[in-house]
Amino acid sequence: MAFSGSSPDSEPTTTPLKIIIAGGFGVGKTTFVGSVSEIPPLTTEAHMTVASVGVDDTSKIAGKTTTTVAMDFGRITLPEQDVVLYLFGTPGQDRFWFMWDELTMGAVGAVVLADTRRLADSFAAIDFFEDRRVPFVVAVNHFEGALIHPIGDVRKALDIEHPVLSCDARSQQSTRASLIELVRHALEATLAEEARAARSALPTRT
Amino acid sequence: MSRGYDELPEEEAGPVVRPYAVTGGRTRPSAALELVALVATTSRGLSTARSPAMPPEQREIAFLCRHLQSVAEISAHLDLPLGVAQVLVADMARDGLVVVHRPERPDWRPDSELLRKVLDGLQRL
Ligand SMILES: Nc1nc2c(ncn2[C@@H]2O[C@H](COP(=O)(O)OP(=O)(O)OP(=O)(O)O)[C@@H](O)[C@H]2O)c(=O)[nH]1
Ligand SMILES: [Mg+2]
Repeated sequence: MAFSGSSPDSEPTTTPLKIIIAGGFGVGKTTFVGSVSEIPPLTTEAHMTVASVGVDDTSKIAGKTTTTVAMDFGRITLPEQDVVLYLFGTPGQDRFWFMWDELTMGAVGAVVLADTRRLADSFAAIDFFEDRRVPFVVAVNHFEGALIHPIGDVRKALDIEHPVLSCDARSQQSTRASLIELVRHALEATLAEEARAARSALPTRT
Repeated sequence: MSRGYDELPEEEAGPVVRPYAVTGGRTRPSAALELVALVATTSRGLSTARSPAMPPEQREIAFLCRHLQSVAEISAHLDLPLGVAQVLVADMARDGLVVVHRPERPDWRPDSELLRKVLDGLQRL
């Protein structure tokens, strides 16, 4: 790393980036983070403000409350690029979506893990990222006992314009490949956006 | 039937943030935005950490951040809630014990140049 052992007195130049690993309960988020991270997955607890939106039936008041959520995360250092990637596994419960808003700010994008036996569990995450125009890929995690669906069928069932790929959350090679696909996809989306911005900055002919 | 949080009397306001002794009860909102702010100990921070004057949490942070760490990592390693880690780091930054690197604007997003570098880096791992 840039300054292991030394004591810099100026601000570090390293760029930290976030990637979100989302999906339903028990779909393999923590496993994914652990496979691809260079450090054993860590957990942080955050007090977060919930702007209640009626997703949580137990909340009687509309407005704001504060709650504690635990997030798993891991790290990938890219020393040559002077970038550190942080991967956050988000809690699967609906009532924690509020925090995805903050988490997705400035993020590269998201990997939505899906299990073909309960594909519907991934819809919430997919809707969320589609709404917010956050680049994402769907990684279909293959559990034993699940029918192996051709990935094309899953893609059709999900009906999205984002990459759908197959993944084994336990494999470093497979999880890395999912991240590469995500970054490639995010790059394309960003290039398109930058091109649009450049066009609209041109003086219009009258 | 939408009474705002602000209008509620204290005891009705539901689960609010517990005050923490180490930070004198201060925590900050939007902890998630600060998750990946990067922290590095300064030479001043390191020499202060070697003297007995420094509070134990600050000393732990000073030693930990000899290698660049995010606020999330500090929180996990010290077993402190994110908001508390954040306040400790802010205090240390104010005293010149650490330097913090974060995006200048909250709506910052990676541009294509940066994403291309990331793609490159991941492919070479
Ligand atoms: N066969 C198989 N098992 C997997 C795979 N990924 C995860 N598992 C197993 O599935 C279980 C749940 O995985 P986790 O990584 O804990 O899932 P999670 O999404 O973090 O779960 P929650 O945080 O509770 O929502 C664990 O026992 C994993 O070992 C996979 O690709 N194939
Ligand atoms: Mg988990």
